[in-house]
Amino acid sequence: MAIPQTKQSSSQPQRTRRRRRHPRVWKDRHWRWVPTADGDWRVEGFVFRHKHRPPKHHFRGPGPKPPRRASAAAAPAPPASGEQRPSGAYQGPFGMPQANRLLQRAGFGPLAGQAEQLVSLGLVGAVRSLTRPTGAANLIGPPPTDDEGNPLAPADAWGHDGLWWLDRMVRGDQPLVERMALVLHDWFATSQASVSRPQQMIDQSNLFRAHGFGSFLDLFKAVTVDPAMLQWLNGAENTKSAPNENYAREMMELFSLGADRGAYSEDDVREQARALTGWRNDWSDAEGAHNFRFDPRRHDERTKTVFGRSGNFNWEDSCRLCVEHPLHASFFADKLWSYFVATPAPEATRQALIQTYVAGGWQIRPALETILTSPELYEGPPMVKPPVVQLASMLRRLGRHLDTDAWTWLLEPTGQVLFWPPNVAGWDDTRWLDTSRLRARWNVVDYALAEVSVDRWDGTYSTTENAEEALARALATWGNPELRDDTRAELTDFARRAEGTIGADWQRGPYRAMRQNALLQLIGISPDLILQ
Amino acid sequence: MHNCCRNYTRSQLLRAGAAEAGRGLPAIEPGMPEPAGTGLSRRRFLSRGAGLALAVYGASKIPLSAFETGIAQAAQGGKILVSVFFDGGIDALSVLAPIGDPNYASLRPTLAEKPGEGAAFAEDPRLQWHPSAAGLATLHAEGKVSVFPAIGYDHPDQSHFTSRHYYEIGELEVGFRTGWMGRYLDLVGDEENPLQGLSMDGSLSPMIATAEKPVAAIDGVDGYDLWAPVESPVRAEMFRSFAQFGSLPADSPALAQVRRATSQTDRLRTELGSLEGFTSPVAYPSENYFAHKLAGLAAFIAAELPIRVVTISAAGGYDTHSGQAEDLGRNLRETCDGLLAFQRDLEARGLADRVLVEVWSEFGRRPEENGSAGTDHGAAGCAFVIGSRAKGEMVGEFPGLASLDQNENLRVTSDFRAMYCSLLEQWLGQDAGPIIPGAAGFARPALVKA
Repeated sequence: MAIPQTKQSSSQPQRTRRRRRHPRVWKDRHWRWVPTADGDWRVEGFVFRHKHRPPKHHFRGPGPKPPRRASAAAAPAPPASGEQRPSGAYQGPFGMPQANRLLQRAGFGPLAGQAEQLVSLGLVGAVRSLTRPTGAANLIGPPPTDDEGNPLAPADAWGHDGLWWLDRMVRGDQPLVERMALVLHDWFATSQASVSRPQQMIDQSNLFRAHGFGSFLDLFKAVTVDPAMLQWLNGAENTKSAPNENYAREMMELFSLGADRGAYSEDDVREQARALTGWRNDWSDAEGAHNFRFDPRRHDERTKTVFGRSGNFNWEDSCRLCVEHPLHASFFADKLWSYFVATPAPEATRQALIQTYVAGGWQIRPALETILTSPELYEGPPMVKPPVVQLASMLRRLGRHLDTDAWTWLLEPTGQVLFWPPNVAGWDDTRWLDTSRLRARWNVVDYALAEVSVDRWDGTYSTTENAEEALARALATWGNPELRDDTRAELTDFARRAEGTIGADWQRGPYRAMRQNALLQLIGISPDLILQ
Repeated sequence: MHNCCRNYTRSQLLRAGAAEAGRGLPAIEPGMPEPAGTGLSRRRFLSRGAGLALAVYGASKIPLSAFETGIAQAAQGGKILVSVFFDGGIDALSVLAPIGDPNYASLRPTLAEKPGEGAAFAEDPRLQWHPSAAGLATLHAEGKVSVFPAIGYDHPDQSHFTSRHYYEIGELEVGFRTGWMGRYLDLVGDEENPLQGLSMDGSLSPMIATAEKPVAAIDGVDGYDLWAPVESPVRAEMFRSFAQFGSLPADSPALAQVRRATSQTDRLRTELGSLEGFTSPVAYPSENYFAHKLAGLAAFIAAELPIRVVTISAAGGYDTHSGQAEDLGRNLRETCDGLLAFQRDLEARGLADRVLVEVWSEFGRRPEENGSAGTDHGAAGCAFVIGSRAKGEMVGEFPGLASLDQNENLRVTSDFRAMYCSLLEQWLGQDAGPIIPGAAGFARPALVKA
């Protein structure tokens, strides 16, 4: 890169040019995975807008095919005095590290001051503040816009549905409602790929918001006849004369019982498909698939035998039979646990969780409260944040609201686009990090920093800032995240080395500005911000 | 895995083991069989000679530098087998439509292919190529395609993941950790040549999972870089710290995973900046990434890379429960157009006698369409062996639609393990006995021209 030999005129007003730091883009043919109607992926070409001049030979995608479908800063506050915690719950101190972890796992990370507030509530109070919100969520701060400053059009503009949800993650004051919606979006993974209107995906996510703490059976029934799901797994095309087994199989294999556990047979798949018959919809060019309804004439009224029980079952029976199945509660407990804790539940905890769930009549909230107060959540190892969670968490830290629609195409190579899970099995949490996807996260961090990174060449950056000051400034920009000691040491070392590269006089400001940008980038891509 | 006995779900294992993910193949879906290859260590490596960034699996004792030497010294010019996977269970009854079968039109009221719309299939007048399979039809007419019109196994399993697993490991078991091609490599492969088994979809295919010999996966056939508003010389220091994030100690599996990905990413960044492109002697279809990858593969073979077996996924997916006609037509065309261009490329480069392509899917689809203009999971499917040296004769008859199996699915007339035995013995020159369990009991269809 050529170094400019002359600096900006000193008559330039100081620090006023904050907008449009990268007015030029380099358009470049890239390849990316796009979901197909059948739940798989195909590769298509697209024009990638580079912010920097790309090298002639560089990665142009699409990367590997997607699968078919914490810290120590301020002194921890003592546990709330006299707090009674349930037996089996975490009994250690509930200070900032614990509150931060809870906010990461049960939400999208803290806003400024939020962890402190949770600490003051004590463990049980903190968890209940998340699991028992009152009223509707408030969205705090400016509403989301696209790059031109226009309001989002989630039902109409491509990608705006996902941005609409991302905004709720960033600004919402009921983080666990949103996090559970994300969990359930993965659990009952439905993709826009075969749903005719984005609004139907949004409606489904609202269903997850409404039922996320309630009865799993109610949720299961609602999902079963949800218009997006009826399209995605062909439920509305399942008739007595021509059964379609797609939903029948996945409702057992992926949603309620699990494969290869001996829970159901191929005959059960076929019989369940018959029980589920009867749903239909209309179609028009203007509205797409609409008017979803149960039509008794399409329902198979004969006797079905499911799990050895016989009757003239319908779709509600179909769900109930799954939930009443002796292998359902363990499936539910293990699956829900796995979204929040990295290690398997100890057997006693697992049994208690199953019992809580069954005794509560398949209620999700008590199970969730058990998990969120468990010792393994606070004492166990970290987990990798899903890309969307990392992005929402970064934007919250940076105090940035949704002001660009670039997140849609930037998230794609990270492996996670909201409303577009790879297949009906949801996202594969073992595959968030590889050389393609980490590179994509790097670029997401780069873009997240676009409004706070500094201009190297406008002659305004400090020519005297030292390494410690540089790091302190970068950390403050990030909202002072708690960092591991080794991360902090490496950042300090970098800041010193970068200063050591300064030779000529003209380099003093620009190189310090570059150092600041590099520190911001390194903090964003550090393990500390990738893990939860 | 010790959790199996208590019904620990796969998704939980996945998260619990997120950590190990960098060390082997992740699983596919809750409750699915353990994929072959789990537990193989993976490291990133750039072969400068090959111009490829490789995720190298196995042979963890060997220093990365040895692979460079190993690749350079490995024997070249041998036979190559390329496996192409129709992911999702392709509808064999569309690829080779039984338009002459009296039951076809009634089983497929909306999906039946029309007589005359595709090329005739000379070996069985009842069958007709799908119009999108024109590339295959062309090669078949040249005697370069052996067709299996109804391949599978007894007691077919209709789970995508279980059936696919059987094909990957070459056995009807859920517990195998190595793939059938992996066991071949374990027998004849080189200790230091990861290119001998190459997956082109970014991660290791269970088919080439070995017990000990190294194998590799590549993300793509082009290049790689990272951006930041930071220029030299500060940029170099920034990446030095990024690399350091990747090499610091890890005190948890997830942190280890982040560190591994970080160091691999930085390594790729440094090594791939200068990656050169390739040229092809024939035109490949545009806007077709599957074809683009095959073009890269042909160039690798021409560059004398010591490749023995390759796996690659066909374009798109084939789990067509609804709207089958459009999806299948598009994806099948991309795949067949790519395969035809690849064959022409190999012919133009004089390499066609060295490469055989095997195309497969985990099952076929139900003969009776499902009322959603789609088809549900079935049993017998189709497979193809393609190449200048392919025998070009059909293996197993088309069983007809008059008599289906107990689940109303197409009956099987050839076993995929017999295909594997023949490919091993007739093409790769390796006795199938030590590789395919029960090999002695399978037929050996003639797949290779003498």
